Amino acid sequence: MNETDIPLWVEIIIAVLTLAGAALALLGAIGLLRLPTFFERIHAPAIIATLGCWCCMIGSLLFFSFQSGGLTLHPLLIALFIAITVPVTNIFLMRAALFRARQSGQKNVPPNISHVMPPGARDS
Amino acid sequence: MNPVLLWALPLALFMLVLAMLCTLVRLLKGPTAQDRVLALDCMYLNGMLLMLVLGQIYGSGHYFEAALLIALFGFASSTAMAKFLLRGEVIE
Repeated sequence: MNETDIPLWVEIIIAVLTLAGAALALLGAIGLLRLPTFFERIHAPAIIATLGCWCCMIGSLLFFSFQSGGLTLHPLLIALFIAITVPVTNIFLMRAALFRARQSGQKNVPPNISHVMPPGARDS
Repeated sequence: MNPVLLWALPLALFMLVLAMLCTLVRLLKGPTAQDRVLALDCMYLNGMLLMLVLGQIYGSGHYFEAALLIALFGFASSTAMAKFLLRGEVIE
């Protein structure tokens, strides 16, 4: 381990970015724990997937770039992958939760606005 | 290692472990099934960040691959479980 070649100002930037990412992850997890209903709770982990993830990734990118002496862009791969996949997962989970809330007869969910069209009316 | 990173990285590790404990509590007591799936979704994100911070502590690039695998399998499993909640079966 020879990290002594990382300059001090880069270490301070890495430390601030990594601590900010971890603090945002803790904030999102506390929000997940403390918010009262599911439809409020699903907002809380979004901050982990966006700002917390990007802060940690940029800190890791700076660390490995200055440690190996060249530009290493591996961590951006994870950040881009997370940025693509987490909205897909959240939309699926949100639709499932809405469906289950409607099935169980909760009153505080919006009604289903899609309706079945008659067979002849679709082409007109 | 300079003292800045020597103090900051274990502190970040501690905060991430605390975040995983919060999601674990939600996973265990979540009233409905979708709460548990959401907690698992949040937990794999935290575990991935944990792997990245561990890789910085040990100065090794192998932890990056573990983080990438956690991201891949976490996406697949969360989507499969959300689909299961929606339809009752994963592949129809």
